[in-house]
Amino acid sequence: MVETPAPTFQKPIAGETESGGIGGILVRPEKLRAEVRNLSFWYGDFLALKSVNLPIADREVTALIGPSGCGKSTLLRSFNRMHDLYPGNRYDGEITLLPEGRNVVGPQTDAILIRLRIGMVFQKPNPFPKSIYENVAAGLRVRGINRKSVLDERVEEALRGAALWNEVKDRLHDSAYGLSGGQQQRLCIARTLAPNPEIILFDEPTSALDPIATARIEELIDELQQHYTIVIVTHNMQQAARISSYTAYMHLGEMTEFNATKEFFTNPRHERTQQYITGRFG
Amino acid sequence: MTSEILTRATTASSEQDEIVLVGRARRRDAIFAGLGLFILFVAMAFLLALIADLFVDGFSRIDMAFLTDFPSRRPERSGILSAWVGTCLVMFVTAMLAIPLGIAAGLYLEEYAPKNWLTDIIEINVTNLAGVPSIIYGLLALGFFVYLAGLGRSVMVAGMVLALLILPIVIVATREAVRSIPQMIREGAYGIGADKWQTMWHYILPAARPGILTGAIVGLSRAIGETAPIITIGALTFIAFLPPAPVQPDFPFVNFDWLHAPFTVMPIQMFNWISRPQAAFHVNAAATGVVLLIMTLGMNAIAIWIRFRLRRRIGL
Amino acid sequence: MSSSADAFRPSEAFLRRRRLIDLGMRAVLFLSAALSVFVTAAIVYVLVSESWGFFTEVSLWTFLTDTQWTPVFAQPRYGILPLLTATLWAAGIAIAIAIPFGTVLAVYLSEYAPAAVRETVKPMLELFGAIPTVVYGYFALLFLTPLFQTFIPGLTGFNLLVPGIVLGIMILPYIVSISEDAMRAVPASLREGAFALGMTRLQTTFKVIIPGAFSGITAAYLLGMSRAVGETMVLAIAAGQNPNLTADPREGAATITSYIVQMSLGDLPHGSLAYQTIFAAGLALFLLTLFFNIVGFFLRRRFREAY
Repeated sequence: MVETPAPTFQKPIAGETESGGIGGILVRPEKLRAEVRNLSFWYGDFLALKSVNLPIADREVTALIGPSGCGKSTLLRSFNRMHDLYPGNRYDGEITLLPEGRNVVGPQTDAILIRLRIGMVFQKPNPFPKSIYENVAAGLRVRGINRKSVLDERVEEALRGAALWNEVKDRLHDSAYGLSGGQQQRLCIARTLAPNPEIILFDEPTSALDPIATARIEELIDELQQHYTIVIVTHNMQQAARISSYTAYMHLGEMTEFNATKEFFTNPRHERTQQYITGRFG
Repeated sequence: MTSEILTRATTASSEQDEIVLVGRARRRDAIFAGLGLFILFVAMAFLLALIADLFVDGFSRIDMAFLTDFPSRRPERSGILSAWVGTCLVMFVTAMLAIPLGIAAGLYLEEYAPKNWLTDIIEINVTNLAGVPSIIYGLLALGFFVYLAGLGRSVMVAGMVLALLILPIVIVATREAVRSIPQMIREGAYGIGADKWQTMWHYILPAARPGILTGAIVGLSRAIGETAPIITIGALTFIAFLPPAPVQPDFPFVNFDWLHAPFTVMPIQMFNWISRPQAAFHVNAAATGVVLLIMTLGMNAIAIWIRFRLRRRIGL
Repeated sequence: MSSSADAFRPSEAFLRRRRLIDLGMRAVLFLSAALSVFVTAAIVYVLVSESWGFFTEVSLWTFLTDTQWTPVFAQPRYGILPLLTATLWAAGIAIAIAIPFGTVLAVYLSEYAPAAVRETVKPMLELFGAIPTVVYGYFALLFLTPLFQTFIPGLTGFNLLVPGIVLGIMILPYIVSISEDAMRAVPASLREGAFALGMTRLQTTFKVIIPGAFSGITAAYLLGMSRAVGETMVLAIAAGQNPNLTADPREGAATITSYIVQMSLGDLPHGSLAYQTIFAAGLALFLLTLFFNIVGFFLRRRFREAY
């Protein structure tokens, strides 16, 4: 179990911990959108996150990197409680949404309500076996919005937001499976944008795509951060360096280093981080 | 055989012996493959003979009058009107009960059921019910529906008992169809904030539809041919009238009296005619069998076609 | 874009309704699944309660040991043995055909046949189950029996032999399907190991596949046996309806199932002893098939856990 005393809300930013410098000072309190505090996570008996701390800045991209199995995807999937779908998983600690201070992983919190506020784009494009239009409208229908005029307007807006509108506007009612992999992933982004989530999670969104499709998604994420708070897991350090404002490096379930991206890559404070970003490890 | 090979192989004095040994093993292998093919051939020949025999005996008997006449004491004047109408009505009741109940139970067991003793009991029961002889279901219907519940020897009771009979088929088909849907569809649905039922209703059930449909059709084709449980509840073999029509000209335009009407179905009519000594009735039986076969094989062909299309379409 | 964010936050009323529907459907689905438990209980209840009166009149000992079954005679006798032996004769003939044929065919499909053949043959075998049993009965009585009478002397018009053979063909696809699944579940590594030793397919089959899939194959036999015991129409049509304690399958004899059919065709006043006999016979049949089903179920489960 976690031995560190739970930090209080009055002191929202964790300072130095044993596992490394978590730069509380790096994100000004009024800029915070969410904060992970002493979060531990178990898959059955396996401790996958060890008392992790991380600030999430509003309308910025925060990248999570680290070798495979380090817990970066586990941490990301905790933000919208995806782990709840499988038995035997357990959280301890907090992911606090600011400013109102709701704990995402608290036992009193309804996971489904959390997912209405925090959207997710998955590693492999996973459109529903329905039309392009219905895929984008899905999130709105789930929220009880079925008025055609509202749906039409919002579907177009979301598809434009995902830079897909011009490619699909003439075949909105065709199956989503007719799209290419990159288009499918942008469709999934549009699906996530449509209901206007507070935070968007990206779980290695380009790992199944070719370089050109990857570049388009990266451009898109860059545009989206003007309006949305984004957390992205990536296996690709260059990608993190290109698109994020903040980067966190995880290792064996622990948060090793967090810093502004520029600082993180030019001046890593930890030896392990340095080894990882110079390619000697990972 | 291994030890034989090992000892003989190690003691083989020359390469020649090994060649003989391997040659013999190969021959046995080929003979066995031939045996497998032969049995396959025999089984298919049996199936063909059965179908051919029925068509030869009965096909020429089928005409418009055969389909629009009631049964009669005179074989050449007999028809299967009351039988096929009865079969249609009973099948309607069966489908209305077995398909929703089977889908619901299958969905529960595959997506909702926690791992506990209660789920274990339900699972064991479903498996066991699939193996209970159909005539036992007939006794259940006789003792429970006909007498205890006082529903009489009616279309409704026949539909209910056949629904129970094919329920395991629909349940198993639903479970397999639901299981084959990729997990990322579920994650996608939960990811946009859907709750469990929205995920099931909007994403899982539509994606599972072809598989479920296949199971439902196969189940109904079984039900069409079932005879024993219908005999047990005391369906009459000689019915020279039709149940009340389900639609009527005056308000409320539908009429459910047919649910309580006495009835007969095609397999019972066929059984009845087989039991007669006169050969002319046997011709009628064969003709009824042809109609039954066309219906059941046709339904199975549709099911196979859906499954084939489904397999091609799995790009999920 | 973010300015309109709140427009898509669902209302409290909608969320409440959604939660209610979710819970309601959960309950509906659970009850549908639990129906199976209720049906089993109802079967047991009906069989036991309706045959209760019978067993107060006729002792269990008489029921199990008397060699005559003549419930509608002036001097009724209530021994289940004639019905039971006829049942087991027919099922025995069926299984004697289905086991060797089914096993060889399963081995052929699982180990020898190219995938294309297997994928064509399996749906064709399913068609055996699609044919109404009353059609099999017609074929047995009016085609096969006259045919067999030409070369089997003493074969009567109603007999146990022909319906037994037909039953064997009927349960064949079932046995093939379950045992083929069992064989294909044997890991490829075991197969490769055997081939690496220089074994042929046949040797691999007997040394590795069949032992590896043994409990699954046995389950297939037991479940096939259960089907044969419970099958009704073929026997009611082609084996005659005369209870007959015989050791000669060329004779006709009523089985448990065809007795129930025969009595149901006549007028059975509710609550009469004749009415109760079909439930007593049904109870015997239910217990017999339950035994095969349960042993088969656990063998199959054990084999599934093995790999």
